[in-house]
Amino acid sequence: MKMFDYVKPATLAEAVAAAAQPGAAYIAAGTNLLDLMKGGVSRPDRLVDVTHLPGLDRIEHLPDGGVRIGALVSNAGLAHNADFAKAYPAVAEALLSGASAQLRNAATVGGNLLQRTRCAYFYDTASRCNKREAGSGCDAREGENRLHAVLGWSATCIATHPSDFCVPLAALDAVVEIEGKNGRRELPLDELYRLPGDTPERDNVLEPGDLIVAVRLPPVSRNFAAHARYLKVRERTSYAFAVVSVAAALQIENGRISEARLALGGVAAKPWRASAAEQVLKGATPDAANFREAAQSALTDAKPSGDNAFKIELARRVMVRALSLAATGTPARMPALPASVFASNSGALHA
Amino acid sequence: MTHSISLTVNGTRREIELNDPRVTLLDLLRERLQLTGTKKGCDRGQCGACTILVDGKRINSCLALAISHDDAEIVTIEGIARGDQLHPVQAAFIACDGFQCGFCTPGQIMSAIGLMREGQAGVDPERIREGMSGNLCRCGAYAGIVDAVLEAQACQTEANQRRSA
Repeated sequence: MKMFDYVKPATLAEAVAAAAQPGAAYIAAGTNLLDLMKGGVSRPDRLVDVTHLPGLDRIEHLPDGGVRIGALVSNAGLAHNADFAKAYPAVAEALLSGASAQLRNAATVGGNLLQRTRCAYFYDTASRCNKREAGSGCDAREGENRLHAVLGWSATCIATHPSDFCVPLAALDAVVEIEGKNGRRELPLDELYRLPGDTPERDNVLEPGDLIVAVRLPPVSRNFAAHARYLKVRERTSYAFAVVSVAAALQIENGRISEARLALGGVAAKPWRASAAEQVLKGATPDAANFREAAQSALTDAKPSGDNAFKIELARRVMVRALSLAATGTPARMPALPASVFASNSGALHA
Repeated sequence: MTHSISLTVNGTRREIELNDPRVTLLDLLRERLQLTGTKKGCDRGQCGACTILVDGKRINSCLALAISHDDAEIVTIEGIARGDQLHPVQAAFIACDGFQCGFCTPGQIMSAIGLMREGQAGVDPERIREGMSGNLCRCGAYAGIVDAVLEAQACQTEANQRRSA
């Protein structure tokens, strides 16, 4: 690991000033960054430790009915917060389907949003990677790419965003609060991320010194609590990134879907909101035919970036199953295997 | 530049001078405090051999900077027995054959203690398997490990019931 200067600011303003310098990076738990630094993928000159900054570790239920999650709240702390998990069950399920218990105890909300892709060529410094080193090329295009993107990718980069947490956040219109050189601003989560285009080295729109301080969910997001699920296909039962995942949240009134929220994970460089599919479902009855039509429209623009055409059909089927599970209703207790297709009531639709 | 931190390790307060900010909690324990019970497997947060409790919660010590943990309370495998009396989870691992070569065992035991404190799994084998998925065992002693956690959990529940009776 390259040597770095360690800075422990006492205030937000000091943190922003220290991290705005060239070569600086923020560190919270470091569960992703230290891994990247050990591999020589990230080589910061200076680490700005934000773990001791005051006021960033709270879950606040806001007067308007929304919730504000401090950037230093741990994944486990959020998922096991009973009030939060009851109001936003798909978010809790997504959190508990990610990483391991040890990592969830350490990893933070802010860090989760800003974690880097797990593309093997990004991690392997002997490979060409436009995300790691701008303009160097992309060895994933002709390499092992069955898990790579099928939406929003470009000729320069076919990596996916690895977060589970961000998928229901994208579906539920989460807003990200950012402290920067010019003070506080906020962005819809969906606008935080960039698609690769010609500049895949930039994952997001943050500027030097920008620090995510909180994530908010608007009041309406809790209206989906009775019908909200996260479903994640993995290559092993637990402790693996998504091949494809879906967050599905419905409001059902008098036998019809009045509102739907859908997003896909593991398919693009960002959590992929499926707005067209939501429109298909609005006003429709919650049945298999309508779920299939929605899934069809969600993947209209999908195309394989390598040996991964199967992910397009897989994404449709996972979406149908996630919708079926959401329509059945949020389980009273978190499933033993969160988000797993191997759960006893897996929502399989048989013709 | 030297940084000073204080840690409570297995109940003992330690003042530590760090002349290198890159030192992880794992390397600090093993290389500087001679607590080699905590094992370095992958060193990348994938195997769980380095699991310790920090402020009561299980984490991967290989992915934690020591410098960032000033004032933390740390418990390692060396700190759980009372003299010659094994911790109930240690005893359960022996009773249930929860290991073969033993390399992953300190991490498995610390993870099991963390899991029981979290109180999410109870005596449901599927929840225990899911909750222990961050600890790999190349000998494949998983069946014994799950049995050991089940037994330790049952003992703890029984002891709690006796206490409250």
